[in-house]
Amino acid sequence: MLILICAAVSLLTPRFLTEKNLINVVRQSSLNGIMAGGMTLVILTGGIDLSVGSLLAVTSVFAAGTLVDGASPTQAILVGVAIGLGFGLANGLIITIGDVAPFIVTLGTMTIARGVALIYTNGAPIVTANADFRYIGRGSFGPLPMPILILLIVYVLVYLLLNRTTLGGYLYAIGGNQEAARLSGVPVKVCKTIAYAISGLLAGLTGVILTARLGSAQPNLGVGDELDAIAAVVIGGTSLAGGRGGIIGTLVGALIIGVLSNGLNLMNVNAYYQPIVKGAVILIAILVDRRVRATSAA
Amino acid sequence: MTEGRIAEESWPGTTDGFWGMGIVTTSSDILEMRGVSKCFSTAVALDQVDFSVRQGEVHALIGENGAGKSTLIKILSGAYQPDSGGFSLDGKPVLHRSPALMQRLGISVIYQELNLVPHLSVARNIFLGHEPVVVPGVIDFQTMHRRAAELVSQLGVPISTHALVTELGIAEQQLVEVAKALSYQVRLLVMDEPTAPLSEHEAETLFDVVRRLRDRGVTVIYISHRLEEIFRLADRVTVLRDGRVVGTRMVHEVEKDDLVRMMVGRDIKEHHPKAEVEPGEVLLRVRGLPGRDGETAELTIRAGEIVALAGLVGSGRTELARRLFGAETLKTGAMELKGQTIAIRSTRQAIRAGIGMVPEDRKTQGLILDRSVSDNITLPILGRLSRGSFIRRGLIRDLVSNIIREIDIRVFSARQAVRTLSGGNQQKVTLAKWLAGQCDVLILDEPTRGVDVGARAEIYQVIGKLVQEGKGILLISSDLPEVLGLSDRIIVVYGGRLVAEFTRRDAVAETIIRFASGAFED
Repeated sequence: MLILICAAVSLLTPRFLTEKNLINVVRQSSLNGIMAGGMTLVILTGGIDLSVGSLLAVTSVFAAGTLVDGASPTQAILVGVAIGLGFGLANGLIITIGDVAPFIVTLGTMTIARGVALIYTNGAPIVTANADFRYIGRGSFGPLPMPILILLIVYVLVYLLLNRTTLGGYLYAIGGNQEAARLSGVPVKVCKTIAYAISGLLAGLTGVILTARLGSAQPNLGVGDELDAIAAVVIGGTSLAGGRGGIIGTLVGALIIGVLSNGLNLMNVNAYYQPIVKGAVILIAILVDRRVRATSAA
Repeated sequence: MTEGRIAEESWPGTTDGFWGMGIVTTSSDILEMRGVSKCFSTAVALDQVDFSVRQGEVHALIGENGAGKSTLIKILSGAYQPDSGGFSLDGKPVLHRSPALMQRLGISVIYQELNLVPHLSVARNIFLGHEPVVVPGVIDFQTMHRRAAELVSQLGVPISTHALVTELGIAEQQLVEVAKALSYQVRLLVMDEPTAPLSEHEAETLFDVVRRLRDRGVTVIYISHRLEEIFRLADRVTVLRDGRVVGTRMVHEVEKDDLVRMMVGRDIKEHHPKAEVEPGEVLLRVRGLPGRDGETAELTIRAGEIVALAGLVGSGRTELARRLFGAETLKTGAMELKGQTIAIRSTRQAIRAGIGMVPEDRKTQGLILDRSVSDNITLPILGRLSRGSFIRRGLIRDLVSNIIREIDIRVFSARQAVRTLSGGNQQKVTLAKWLAGQCDVLILDEPTRGVDVGARAEIYQVIGKLVQEGKGILLISSDLPEVLGLSDRIIVVYGGRLVAEFTRRDAVAETIIRFASGAFED
């Protein structure tokens, strides 16, 4: 599917298939990709995390703020990631201990996190010029831009987590049949909490990278980004009902979304039409995927 | 309304002159299937099946899991199209089979998984999709409830048409399905293992309903694993094996053993092999459980011993077992495991302490259907099969392949999704989960429910092996012959209380039923 879309876009615009642009596409997809990595874990358990877009904003402004207050880049990064982790942990604990639907809980924290970001900045952007800090957003490691490197590291870790660790096996089991998992002695609440915590942590990481890349933090960053992350996961073949799917699919899903945005920009499609095209392609991609899967299963 | 759809010519896909082949359809046959075949990719589910049902009879359809019963009724209900062959109703071939058309022709199927909407009333469920209306789109509730009440009263069972389906027990829900079928003027009712989830008492009620339907001229195709039921209920019986019809017999002309032989194709006696094991030390002791007449009772299980909890569905057997296993947050009495007092608050703790459980419903509680056989078997002990948090895949592969071989789970590969297995093999996977672990006490809640004769014998063998290894088994079963055949001791549960205990030697079916039904109270 990804290859198909890439082929179509490169036919429509010659500027797509250049080395520079391809790296650009992957870099643009990497932020959504990192967030979607955490989202994959959550969706595999049969849950959802709507708060990641707002967490991106709140971690972004706090990271930039501490930097402006004189903290070192490392401290700023840690602050951002820790705030993401904290919110994620809170999501997980309320969902498991409070026994509330993930949709509602993360809808709540989504609103709260956005509010916190607005209060902290008073609505104004925070500019940060620290060159060391900006390295993780704009720098490269050899030929690889930093965001791509981080994306790869995150995906390798999540891949190992899902496929090689007990926690990964438990997450699939919970999404497949929570009651059966519980009766098999799986610590359901602990595992689910960890999934939301990782999702929050990765949203925090995304916020930090984005701040470093932009050189400034704004409280209204990442509005609607949770939907892109969810879209990447679902396009990647992970079932919203939980229990089926994987991280490789999510990477492909994130790239599909990235290629689409990039292609539409290169083709100078009117910005107002872009969401329509994007939405339609996502729907078509999923319909085709279902059809292909149904025939290969029969 | 149906005339236009019933063709007068021969069926597509059959040879010309099919009707001229000299096959005489007796006028009393309501259903006539000829040469029906159906394949799924490479597997042949049905192979040239001929099957006919007479007007007004109860016709039992039996066979091991995977024999083709489900495929056959799905073709009958219009859910599947046969690859070749077809069928006729009242001597007229039926074309363009779809579930909606079959329902209008008067064929209704009651599947094991009921098709009811839980939060709608009984009446709305009965008339779902064909509600009486005031004007199109607006339901005439008065008429609906009146007609629903009429239908329910035909069954001779008091069920309020205003009750929500979710408030009803499984037995009543089944009867709502029957009433729904009646609302379509059912002439041929197919019931797929209706008594599997029912207690003996509820099953009796269902038998009455079936007889009542037959007296009203409804033809019934009755699928069951329980041979006793067939002898009590059916007029004729057809046996399927490996997608073929082995034969059709009058019920009063056959013996149980004949049917078993026809089903399995070899001579096995339906018996309960009791592994001879001398019970050893006490593994589990629970004191202070509610007993008879306000007294307390004690539950003990020894090494190598099978203790059965007998009782009706709803008597509190499952609840007691779930408490021992930490699946319910309720407190048990004081509990001792191998002489150590323990308090169990979670299933995880129970498993660590050495207790395992095969739950009542393998699909909703026992298995993760989309995951592989290997994933399911190793789930309870994944922690022990890993180094740090990393799973040791080589170790798992060896362990799983050993277990699969040991108890003969029929799979192509350990990576196959459990969903694709037959019921008997799925049940073996739920047992295998605890073979892999080192549990001392294993609770088996209805381990042979919905499992065919062959797989059942194999499950008994696994149980025998477990007790030989010195494990203690707590068996819950609604199948009295199974309880009598397998257990060393039998404890009867009634209303959540342990009301009687028998040793294997003293146990008599009648006495157990008397206690289980509360008849001791007066």
